[in-house]
Amino acid sequence: MVGNATLELVQLTKSYSGTVAVNAIDLKIPEGRYCCLLGPSGCGKTSTLRMIAGHEAATSGDILIGNSVITQLPPAQRGTAMMFQSYALFPHLSVLDNVAFALKMRGVEKAERHEKAQKLLALVAMEGYAQRLPAQLSGGQQQRVALARALITEPRILLLDEPLSALDPFLRIRMRAELKRLQRELGITFVHVTHSQEEAMALADIAVIMNNGKIEQQGHPRDIFNEPRTEFVAKFMGGHNVVVTPNGKVAVRADKLLLSRPQDAGSGPMVAGTIIEVEYQGTYVQVSIATGSSGDLAAQISEHEFDAAPWTIGVPVVASWDPAQAHSLT
Amino acid sequence: MFKSPSKNLVAWLQAGPMMLVFAAFFLLPLCFVVMVSFWDYNEYEMIPGFTTRGYYESFEGCVAQLPGLCTILKTYLETIKLCFLTWAFTLVIGFSVAYFLAFHIKSKSMQIGLSLLCTIPFWTSNVIRMIAWIPLLGRNGLVNSGLMHMGVIDKPLDWLLFSEFAVVLSLVHLFTFFMVVPIFNSLIRIDKRLIEAAYDAGATGWQTLWNVVIPLAKPGIVIGSIFVITIVMGDFITIGVMGGQQLAAAGKIIEVRLNALQFPAAAANAVILLVITFLIISALSKLVDIRKEL
Repeated sequence: MVGNATLELVQLTKSYSGTVAVNAIDLKIPEGRYCCLLGPSGCGKTSTLRMIAGHEAATSGDILIGNSVITQLPPAQRGTAMMFQSYALFPHLSVLDNVAFALKMRGVEKAERHEKAQKLLALVAMEGYAQRLPAQLSGGQQQRVALARALITEPRILLLDEPLSALDPFLRIRMRAELKRLQRELGITFVHVTHSQEEAMALADIAVIMNNGKIEQQGHPRDIFNEPRTEFVAKFMGGHNVVVTPNGKVAVRADKLLLSRPQDAGSGPMVAGTIIEVEYQGTYVQVSIATGSSGDLAAQISEHEFDAAPWTIGVPVVASWDPAQAHSLT
Repeated sequence: MFKSPSKNLVAWLQAGPMMLVFAAFFLLPLCFVVMVSFWDYNEYEMIPGFTTRGYYESFEGCVAQLPGLCTILKTYLETIKLCFLTWAFTLVIGFSVAYFLAFHIKSKSMQIGLSLLCTIPFWTSNVIRMIAWIPLLGRNGLVNSGLMHMGVIDKPLDWLLFSEFAVVLSLVHLFTFFMVVPIFNSLIRIDKRLIEAAYDAGATGWQTLWNVVIPLAKPGIVIGSIFVITIVMGDFITIGVMGGQQLAAAGKIIEVRLNALQFPAAAANAVILLVITFLIISALSKLVDIRKEL
C-alpha cells in the first residue's frame, strides 16, 4: 500500500440510453475516510459505486486513485474491492475457499492462500466456520465472510453496496459498529452506499447526499444535518422543518422550534397554527402543527417541558425560532 | 371425529398417481424382464424355470478367448465408444448453446423464442431426420460433390455415410437438445452477481467459467448426460441406419434375439445393458447430488 489513495471523481457521468443516472459529479475522498453515498433509490449512488469498482463503464469523466487514472482499468487492477449487496458468496465453495478465491485466481499456492484466508477469517471473527458452505451461515455471518473475501486482496478502497440492508434491525446496528471498527483498524477508505441517513450519520466521516444523479451536499454528517443547503437535503436528513417565510424557504430543526400560546408570543420569526397531533416518543414528545400557508410543522419538545405546559389537539399555537437556527435553502 | 390428515399422508397422496404409473408400467415390466431372463427356451417357445442359459450363452467363449475380445465385449466396447463420443460432443455443444441462451440473451421472451427454435428438429420423426442426412453425406451427396467441385478431393469420401462418423453425427444432432435444456435450467439460476464477484476478484473469463459457472452447472450437466447416455446405450435404429447395418450395438443384440424369438436371451441381454448403463449413471451421479437440483 504505497502512495496515497485519495479517491477522486472528476465530472463523472453515466447515462443509459438517454437517461442520465449520474450527472457530472465531482468528489474527493482523502485516504482512510469512511464515506457514505446517501440518497433515495434511483439517485445514482449505486451507479457511482459500480463505476468506481469498474463493474460499469463511465460514459464520461474520470476516476482517480492517488495520481493514477483508473477509469478504464478492470476491477482487479484498481486497488478496489467490492462487497456486493446480497454478498454474492460462491454457493459451491467453503467459507475458506470463498475468502481465498482471489488468491487462487492469481495462482497462489493452496497452503499459502488458505493460511492468508484463515487470517482474514480471524479478523472478522469467523475462523471457526472455515469449512462451512455459505448456505449454512446466518445473514450476519455471510456478511463477515463477504468482508473477508473483499479484504484478502488488500484493497486501498473497499466499496460496500448497501451492506446492511439484508440484516434485521438489531444485527444491523451491531454490524454497523463493526464496519466502523474495521475501517478504523485497517485505515483504508470505505465507500458505503446506503439509503438510510441514520446509517450515514453513524458511520460517515464524509456523507455525500445524492439526488437525480447529482450531489446535493457533501461534508461531515453533522455539518450537513446542522446546515442543510437544499430543501431536498433538509427533508431527506429528517428532523427538519422546511418553513416558507417571506424571505424564502428556511430549514429549522424540529427540536429548535419553540412553541408558545398566542397571547405569550414574542417578536422574531414565527408561524401561527393549530395542534393536530401529539405523539409520545420516549425521550421527547412530537407535536404536529397545521399552519395553512406554511405547511405542516413538527416540533420536538423534551418530556419535562411538555409536562410543564401540555399541548392538546385543536389548541392554537405559535411556533417561533431563533433566527440563528434558520438556514435558508436554495 | 374427522382428523386432518398428517402432512406425510398428503405428500404420499400427491406422489401417489405418478408412483402407480411408474410401478405399473415400469417396475412391473422390469420385474418380468428379469424373471424371463432366467427362463429356458427352445426354437419356438419359452420354458418357465430357472437357468442362467441366457446369460451364459451371451458370454460364451469369452474366457477362452482372453486376452482377445469375444463378440459381446467388442459390441459393448463399440457401444460405449459411440456413447462417449456422442456424450462429449452433445456436452460441449449443448453447454455452449445453453450458455449463450442464459448469459448473452438478455430478454426473457427472446430466450423462450430461441429455446423453441431448438425444438424444431423434433417436429419430424427420428427416422426422417436420419434419412435427411443421406442426400447430404452420400457418395454423390452435397458434401462430396461440393468438395470435388472445389478440387479439395478427387474421389468421394467413403467415411461420410454409413460409418461411425455418420452415427455420431446424427446422434449428436438428435440429442444435443437433451443437454441444452437441463444445463440451461442450471445456468439460468446462477446469480449474475457471482460472475461479477469473480471478475472483481480478478478472475479471467476462463477462470470464471471453470471455477464458478461449470461447478454450478454440474446438476444440469449430469441430468443431461443421463438423458443422452441412456438413450444412446439402448439405441439400435440410428446406429443401424446411419452405420449401414454394419456396426454392432448393444441394442442390436437384443433386437436380433427378439427377431429369433429367443425372448429369454433377449431379456438377459436387456438386463446386462441395464446394469452397465446403471453403473455409468451411478458413477456420474457420484459427481453431484441430483436431489439438490430437484
